[in-house]
Amino acid sequence: METKTIKDNETSIKVTERISGSEAIVKCLIEEDVKIIYGYPGGAIMPVYDELYKYQDKIHHVLTRHEQGATHSAQGFARISGKVGVAIATSGPGATNLITGIADAQIDSTPMVCITGQVPSHLLGSDAFQETDIVGISTPVTKWNCQVTKAADIPEALAKAFYIARSGRPGPVLVDITKDAQFEEFDFTYEKCTKVRSYNPIPKTEFSSLEAAAKLINTAKKPFIIWGQGIILSEAEDQLKALMEKAGIPAAWTILGASAIETSHPLNVGMLGMHGNYAPNVLTNECDVLIAIGMRFDDRVTGKLDEYATQAKVVHFEIDPAEIDKNVKTDVAVLGDAKASLEAILPLINENTHTEWHQKFKDLFAIEYEKVIKNDLYPTKEGLTMGEVIKEINSQSKGNAAIVTDVGQHQMIACRYAEFNKTKSNITSGGLGTMGFGLPAAIGAKMAAPDREVVSISGDGGYQMTLQELGTIFQQKAAVKVVVLNNDFLGMVRQWQQLFFDKRYASTEMVNPNFVAIAEGYYIRAKKVTKREELAEAVAEMMASKEAYFLEVCVEKEGNVFPMVPSGASVSEIRLE
Amino acid sequence: MNTETRLYTISVYTENNIGLLNRISAIFQRRHINIESLNISPSEISGVAKFTIAVNMTEENVKKIIGQIEKQVEVIKAYYHDEENTIYQISGLFKIKSKLLFEEPQIQNIIKESNARIVTVNTAFFVLEKSGKKDEIVKLHEELSAFGIMQYTRSGRVAITKDEMKISTLLESYNN
Repeated sequence: METKTIKDNETSIKVTERISGSEAIVKCLIEEDVKIIYGYPGGAIMPVYDELYKYQDKIHHVLTRHEQGATHSAQGFARISGKVGVAIATSGPGATNLITGIADAQIDSTPMVCITGQVPSHLLGSDAFQETDIVGISTPVTKWNCQVTKAADIPEALAKAFYIARSGRPGPVLVDITKDAQFEEFDFTYEKCTKVRSYNPIPKTEFSSLEAAAKLINTAKKPFIIWGQGIILSEAEDQLKALMEKAGIPAAWTILGASAIETSHPLNVGMLGMHGNYAPNVLTNECDVLIAIGMRFDDRVTGKLDEYATQAKVVHFEIDPAEIDKNVKTDVAVLGDAKASLEAILPLINENTHTEWHQKFKDLFAIEYEKVIKNDLYPTKEGLTMGEVIKEINSQSKGNAAIVTDVGQHQMIACRYAEFNKTKSNITSGGLGTMGFGLPAAIGAKMAAPDREVVSISGDGGYQMTLQELGTIFQQKAAVKVVVLNNDFLGMVRQWQQLFFDKRYASTEMVNPNFVAIAEGYYIRAKKVTKREELAEAVAEMMASKEAYFLEVCVEKEGNVFPMVPSGASVSEIRLE
Repeated sequence: MNTETRLYTISVYTENNIGLLNRISAIFQRRHINIESLNISPSEISGVAKFTIAVNMTEENVKKIIGQIEKQVEVIKAYYHDEENTIYQISGLFKIKSKLLFEEPQIQNIIKESNARIVTVNTAFFVLEKSGKKDEIVKLHEELSAFGIMQYTRSGRVAITKDEMKISTLLESYNN
C-alpha cells in the first residue's frame, strides 16, 4: 500500500499505511530525499537493515569499516554537497564510535543526522547487552537529540531531526530508536518539519545594524574582511565577492572558509590564524575596521585575545547570537543569514579602492614569499617538501579538485597552498582537529560529487587512525585519490617539541608499515615516491586514474610549518622562521 | 559591565522535554561553574517549564551563558537578574524530636520569632517549615542545631522578576 494524498477540492486527506517502525525510518529518509547513508549494522539496528535491504534501489547504504568512518563520510558528503549527511549505527559501541564524528560536526557546524538503534524499551536502564546511554553521552556534542520508544513517534522525530540539522547554524543531531519501536506497527504518514516552536534558526536582521555597519565600512581607511564557513553554509560567495570588489576591501579566510572565493582573486589575501599567511595576521592589528562574516573568532585565529585587533572597530555578521561578544567584543553586530545580510548591505556601501592599504598586504606577502613560500614550493635542498607536492597537485588539477585533509602539518600546508577555483572544495576538520577525518571524509565527498576530482591528503599519523576505510573505497569503487605525505613523524607535535620542548621527541617518531603493500592489499593501485624527479609523473598517473589510487610521498622528516603564531602570542608576533 | 562575581538568578523558559535538564546543566559543567541552586517548575504559560538557576558569576560571563542556554533548540528564552531585581524565596524543612518541645522551652521562642510553621506533629517528632531568604533559613538552622536536628533540607530558589518577561509574545513571533 502506498501513501497518497487525495486532493478533493479544498480538503486534503492523508491516507496512511500500516508499517513497522523500521520501515518508517527508511521511508522518512526517502521523504527527506536521502539517497546515500553510511553505517554499520548490529543487533539493535537489524530491523532497519532488513528494510534497507528491501529498499536498496532507493537508498544506497555504504558499509564503512568503523562507525567513526561512517560519521566522517557523512560529514564529507555534507560539506561538499551542502545537504544533510546521514550515519547509522547500532546501540552500545556502535553508538559510542559515532561520538568523535558528531563532536567534529558540532564544532564545525556540519549538518548530519545520526540514527542509532537502542535496546528494547523494557530493558532501558538495566545494563542490557550493548546498552549505553547514547542520548546522555551525545548531549554536549549535538545540536539536538532524542530517544524514541514508540513507532508512532518516529516520523515526527526524524522530520524534526532533519529540519534542525540543516536550518540556522547547521549541526549534528542524533535520534536513538529502541528495537521494540522498530518492530512495532503503526499508521505511517510523513510531514516535513518547517518549524519548532521554541527554535528561532535565523535571528531577525535589524536594518539599523546594517546602517551602522555600512557607516563604519564606508568611513574606514583600512577595512579588512575576515570570513569563515558561514559564507559557504549560507551560499553567500557571490555576495561576499560583490562587497569586496565594490568597496575594494582585502579579505582573508579561516580554515573552514577556504575556497569560498577563488585563490587567484586579487583581493583574496590568504589564510588567517596560527599557520595562516603573514599579511592577514600582521594587518589584523593595523586595520581600522574589521569586518568578520560567518566566523567565530576561534583561538587559533585570534591568538592572544587581549592583543587582537584592539585598534579596530569590529563588525560581526553572524547567524548565532551566542557568538556575538563571545571572544571578541563587537561594535556592530549584524545578526542573521550571511547571504541575506550581505545582499541587504550592498546598496548601502560606497564604491572605493583602498589601493595603498591593499599594497601593504602585497608588501608583506613579498616578505613571506622570500622567507617561507619560495622554500616550500621551489625547494633547492634534497628532501621533498609537503608544499611542492601540493603545488604539483594544484597544477595538474588546475585548481579544480576538492582537497580533503586530515589534521597536522600536511593540513596547514595543504590549506595554505591549495588553489581553489570552486567553493565547497576544502574539506577538513577545523575546530575539533580530528586525526583520521580525512580518508573517510573523502569517501563521502566523492560519493556526493562523483564528477569531481577528490584528493585526500593525510599525514602518516592520521592516515593510520582510519586506514581501514580503504576497505570501503575498494568495496564502493569510490575513485578517491589518496595521498599520504609521510615524514615518519607525528609532524606537528614534533615541530612543537622542537620549538618549545628542547627537541625532546616523546612518542612522535613513527615506525611505519609498507603503505603501498597495505593499499595493494585492498586492491588499490599504489605508488611510492621518494625523489623530486619522480613526483610530477606519479601525480600525473594518480590524476589520470579512473579508479582509486594511493600515492605515498616521502617528505623531509623534520620540516616545519611557518609562518607560526606561537601559542599565547599575538597575531602580529607571527614568526616566519 | 560588572566584572565582580555576584549572585545572579537565571530564568529559563523551555519546552517540557526529557533530557533538557542534562543539556542545560552541561553548559555550566563544561565551564566549571557551580550551580548554587536549581528549581524546575511549570510557568505562567501552559506547557512551558521554567528553570530557576542561581549562580555566582561575573555579568560578562552570565551574558555568555545566557547565549549558550538560548542556543538550545528547546529553550524559548533565558534571562538573568541580579538580587535587586528578583523577588525570591527558598524553603527549609526541619525534623526535630517532639520531646525537645517540652524539654527545651527556648525552641518554642525560636519557632515564634522566626515565623516558622509546624507542618506536622506526632509523639516522636515534629516538622518545621520556614520560607524566606536564604539567610533566614540558615539562621534558623544554626539556632536549632544546638538542640539536635533529626533531618534538615533546603529547597532551591524560586524567583519572580520585577521585569516583564514577554514569553507569549515571543512564542507568537517565532511562529510567524
